[in-house]
Amino acid sequence: MNIIVCIKQVPETTEVRINPETNTLIREGVKSIINPFDMYAIEEGVRLKEKFGGKVVVITMGPPQAETALREAISMGADEGILVSDRAFAGSDTWATSYTLSCAIRKAGLEQGGFDVVLCGKQASDGDTAQVGPGISTFLDIPQVTYVKKIEEIKEKNARVERMTEEGYDIIQVPLPVLLTVVKEINEPRLPSLKGMMRAKSAKLINWSGKDIQADPKNIGLNGSPTKVVKIFTPSPRSGGQILKGETAEVVGKLVSELRSEVH
Amino acid sequence: MDYLLTDEQKMIQELARKIADDKIRPVAAKYDVSEEYPWEVIKVLAESDLFAIFVPEQYGGTGGGVLDLCIATEELSRACGGIAVCYAASALGTFPIILFGSDEQKKKYLPDLAKGKKVAAFAVTEPEAGSDASAIKTTAVKKGDYYVLNGTKHFITNGGEAQTYTVVAMTNKSKGARGASAFIIEKGTPGFTFGKKEEKLGIRTAVTRELVFNECKIPKENLIAKEGMGFIVTMRTFDMSRPGVAAQALGIAQGAFEAALKYSRERVQFGKPISSFQGIQWMLADMATSIEAARALVYSAARATDAGAKDIAKASAMAKLYASDVAMKVTVDAVQIFGGYGYMKDYPVEKYMRDAKITQIYEGTNQIQRNIIALQLIKELAK
Repeated sequence: MNIIVCIKQVPETTEVRINPETNTLIREGVKSIINPFDMYAIEEGVRLKEKFGGKVVVITMGPPQAETALREAISMGADEGILVSDRAFAGSDTWATSYTLSCAIRKAGLEQGGFDVVLCGKQASDGDTAQVGPGISTFLDIPQVTYVKKIEEIKEKNARVERMTEEGYDIIQVPLPVLLTVVKEINEPRLPSLKGMMRAKSAKLINWSGKDIQADPKNIGLNGSPTKVVKIFTPSPRSGGQILKGETAEVVGKLVSELRSEVH
Repeated sequence: MDYLLTDEQKMIQELARKIADDKIRPVAAKYDVSEEYPWEVIKVLAESDLFAIFVPEQYGGTGGGVLDLCIATEELSRACGGIAVCYAASALGTFPIILFGSDEQKKKYLPDLAKGKKVAAFAVTEPEAGSDASAIKTTAVKKGDYYVLNGTKHFITNGGEAQTYTVVAMTNKSKGARGASAFIIEKGTPGFTFGKKEEKLGIRTAVTRELVFNECKIPKENLIAKEGMGFIVTMRTFDMSRPGVAAQALGIAQGAFEAALKYSRERVQFGKPISSFQGIQWMLADMATSIEAARALVYSAARATDAGAKDIAKASAMAKLYASDVAMKVTVDAVQIFGGYGYMKDYPVEKYMRDAKITQIYEGTNQIQRNIIALQLIKELAK
């Protein structure tokens, strides 16, 4: 079974500071880690490999220093790491990122003789959008299941998974290849092993540019990103609402007129 | 201070520290109370390859030496001296096979021990043979292709939990120490059972039990080296493992010191953190200095052992003696800095103090270490 895991390197802090002038993250002096949700994706990938055999390929898109994230994934049991890095990717939003990663996965798939499962964390702890996983599956034109909390079984052509919902969970049967985004309930990520750390230290990582993955220059980086961040601000706390009291008919009339006056 | 560790040793340190902080610290108090063997942590140590670091590469290890083992043991001991000794005792039980085992024995036993699939234990001590290992009463009598063992070992760390035991027994009583031999015995061998489980002051999670041999028949292939080599196997094994006990003491001292330093900054009396008082500051300075001195001694003894230096007995005895005395002093002072709270089980320092004591006693009491050192000093002068 060929498994691809997409990971992202993020700053290790819950209090990300933002430069108010450029509206971008201040990354200086902040340690970088693998997005915590992606750790579950790596662990699940390695478990699938241990169960079914095959290979786990980890892909990240980011600056050259994202290499350390790939090495950490290898120390946990992944086989290969691919760094998709190009100055032209700078400023990518979730759309352009999904597109870029889908190009890389397609190329990796071609080289590995296809892939069966693409795993992503449910979202990244810095952007919190949860859009890239679903975006990748759309570009690749394969099915997706988000918020997966358990992979029940994988057979030759299908997977059966449990998808977490607010009320409980859905059991979904889905054809392969499939993209799954996983939640932290799915497993407990292992610590790296010493032999894994040694292997990771000397592992040769693969480096791909935009050209290598045949990405359309129109679709990558800032130019390829439909999202424009106009402003980032901390919303002011909401003031208390008001409670209308009285007979239902009377209150409804009052509510409607209040709402109308708010709109106008 | 920079101890010029190799990249691999730094990895071991980083990994062991992570395991200590994430997996051991949260459960240390629980196991201290329950006195159960910490299998959940042993499993993590196994998966992380920490049991591989003292085993040669051709038998599934990473080919590291005594310093690698010391680094790992020190880091684990920072969080729990008891769990660390479960780990280190497996190394102790494995060393006789690494040092003196035949190629067949190494192939048979080392790969599983390196993977942590099996845990080992070393059994010399008997009720009447502690410091005087030559007073061993357990016998091994050769009968055809077998040896038959009879006798009782006690105070055996990992006893009952380990699968692979290296056991020293008398094959020829009339020869005294030269009549002892070492054997490999697997758990489950008929005639091999476990006796009393001890209740202890410290390192309570490290199960300590009696081993009972009653007409226990083992194949003659399980003899390590030759008949009569048992005492030499034991001494050489202790030379290898003593720096590990020193590292355990060092880790306990470091853990207690860190807790005391942190607490001294948090605890406010007379309107100031107690760390602002010179009385506390001097204690902290002395603790840190003695720990650093102990570390330098332990690492250099371990390095000398790895480098194949001759006469390592003195260096390893000095390391064990000094580091364990430092551990005792530092942990007592740590409790003192915590004051009344330090005496209570709500804080971890009283456990460090209890765990420290054994390091002055086992693998040769500190009085025996002084004998070893003095004997060597006199020998050197006489040369």
